[in-house]
Amino acid sequence: MTNENPTEGSSKPRGMKAILNRRFREQIMVMFGREPKKPVEISAPAQEVHLVKRTSNKEKLQAAAAHAEAHMNTSHKWRNRRWAVLVLVNLFFVVSYYFDIQILEGALTASRFVGFHLIDLNSALQVMLAHRNIITNLLIGTGTVLVLWILFGGRTFCSWVCPYHLLAEGAEKIHLWLVREKLVTDAPVDRRLRTVFWVVFALLALATGYTVYEAISPTGIVSRALIYGPSIAILWVLALLVFEIFFVRRAWCRYACPIGLTYGVVGILSPLRIKYTLEGCFHEGNCRKVCLVPHVLDTVIKGRAVHTEVPIGPDCTRCGLCVDVCPTGSLTYDVKGLSKLL
Amino acid sequence: MEPDKPEDEQAPVVKPAGKVKPPPLSRSKRQELRRKLLRTVLLTGGIVGAGLSGFLPLIYARKSRLRPPGALDEKDFLASCIKCGQCVQVCPVDAIRLADLIDGVGVGAPYIDARSQACDFSCDAVQCVLACPTGSLTYKKPAFLESRPGARLAAKPILLAKENDPEPTLNLTERMGVARLTRPEVCLAIKGKGVKGPARGHTFKGHMRYVRIDRWKPVPIAGVRYDIEECDLCVRECPVKGAITIETVYAPDGTLRKSPVVHEPCVGCGVCEMICPTEPGSIEIVPREVWRA
Repeated sequence: MTNENPTEGSSKPRGMKAILNRRFREQIMVMFGREPKKPVEISAPAQEVHLVKRTSNKEKLQAAAAHAEAHMNTSHKWRNRRWAVLVLVNLFFVVSYYFDIQILEGALTASRFVGFHLIDLNSALQVMLAHRNIITNLLIGTGTVLVLWILFGGRTFCSWVCPYHLLAEGAEKIHLWLVREKLVTDAPVDRRLRTVFWVVFALLALATGYTVYEAISPTGIVSRALIYGPSIAILWVLALLVFEIFFVRRAWCRYACPIGLTYGVVGILSPLRIKYTLEGCFHEGNCRKVCLVPHVLDTVIKGRAVHTEVPIGPDCTRCGLCVDVCPTGSLTYDVKGLSKLL
Repeated sequence: MEPDKPEDEQAPVVKPAGKVKPPPLSRSKRQELRRKLLRTVLLTGGIVGAGLSGFLPLIYARKSRLRPPGALDEKDFLASCIKCGQCVQVCPVDAIRLADLIDGVGVGAPYIDARSQACDFSCDAVQCVLACPTGSLTYKKPAFLESRPGARLAAKPILLAKENDPEPTLNLTERMGVARLTRPEVCLAIKGKGVKGPARGHTFKGHMRYVRIDRWKPVPIAGVRYDIEECDLCVRECPVKGAITIETVYAPDGTLRKSPVVHEPCVGCGVCEMICPTEPGSIEIVPREVWRA
């Protein structure tokens, strides 16, 4: 799909494409909560790399891995950029209202950017289900947002815009510190839960005619608190953060948030993603340790990559933590088709 | 093809279709899975419970709040409001507030506390309706939503501030509520008393547009001094033509007295409630109230 290897025969690319497509379909299922499986089929060039890695001198390989890790520049490039974008976007809402410059009006659930409606997809869905009516302005606004996040990668919303994500990253740091100090243990939860919640909240809205999810959405609560001043509802957000610190790492974003799943579905269509290159990877697994959604990085486990270059699945938030932490540059941002174009 | 055992990825939950039986799980693994299931169930219960707590306000707070102009009926309003606060942002007098967890009207949904800051239509055009992206606030109800009898205004309300403009009306088809003299015993008009000084004291924070002071800009009410013999502030400051007058009526004891009387054009904006100088106010908006002839 993205790799044009001149040494390959004419029939090979077709098989490669099928293999990658199969993996992509599996990644969609993984997003809905299935556990990633070992690949059934691996392309010939990838098999070759796997073989070389398996048969080469282990000490040498470990030494090289250690060397690469020792000499890597611990970079926070993407994290810093992301945090800057996240803060700026939310600040833009605040400033726009505070100084009444009317450029970005509203909150993250629905807003207007120089007159263009921007409506959060999940909020729009909740409203339409509760109201049982298709609202024209909402459709226009969701269209704009849909195009925006198809271009920028779906769950990019989560890590680059959602203010709760930033708070949760802080909570995660504390949680991981507590785990290291053996004061708490991480307690993972079944990921299928998020899909269940998505359905439950949609059904609740439809059945009750009330946007139940909006009442507890930390994204909406934090966004409104930033723009319109603090509220008691923030206590619910604090409770969530406490839960994440002491019990389940990143519980809300990983196992509950329907907004994340909605944008994940949008991410299926997105050309912007993280790309994994098998060849230089030492499989030391740092990327999976920092990842919010490590199930999308199952491909970096030794022997799992189905091809020499594997795009990461739609549940990835494109946060770039793995790109920063990778000592070998095996994970990079990639725009589908762009390398071919250039 | 067999990779090194990854630390945390063995025992796939879903096996590919086939006759192969999954290998039996170790005791600790089973225990771990059982715990995981338990946690999952707990988290589910917790969050769904929290979600349902969002209903509590609906259940215990039957008392309805005054919504911004053009709001759909309460149930439809709560269904369609996306809680973005764009109506809050455009209001020139900051009359609209977003409900909090304890306000009993749905987190993030807008309401107006008319006594502290009423909607005085100083935007001239009901801008909150224009700003609303979902049609929760609307000029014209969609066809599938019915109007409660008496909620519809007989005619488009004439805004006194632009009475002489080519387009003197407000684009509003339904009322927000109706003003009612809830405490006639304290009403200054009924008692025949006057007002000296600012209507609500020097510390009152509310704003209002006074055409005689500034046609375009709302000013603090605390800065406007009155000196009138017999109070008629609710009539004097009402922004809508023909909504309220002072009339001579029969009191319950049969005697004649003066009293504010609300008429059909009342849209329920709440200016009379805000400006009423008695404490507590004598006249109040009954939210969602319809006109009964």
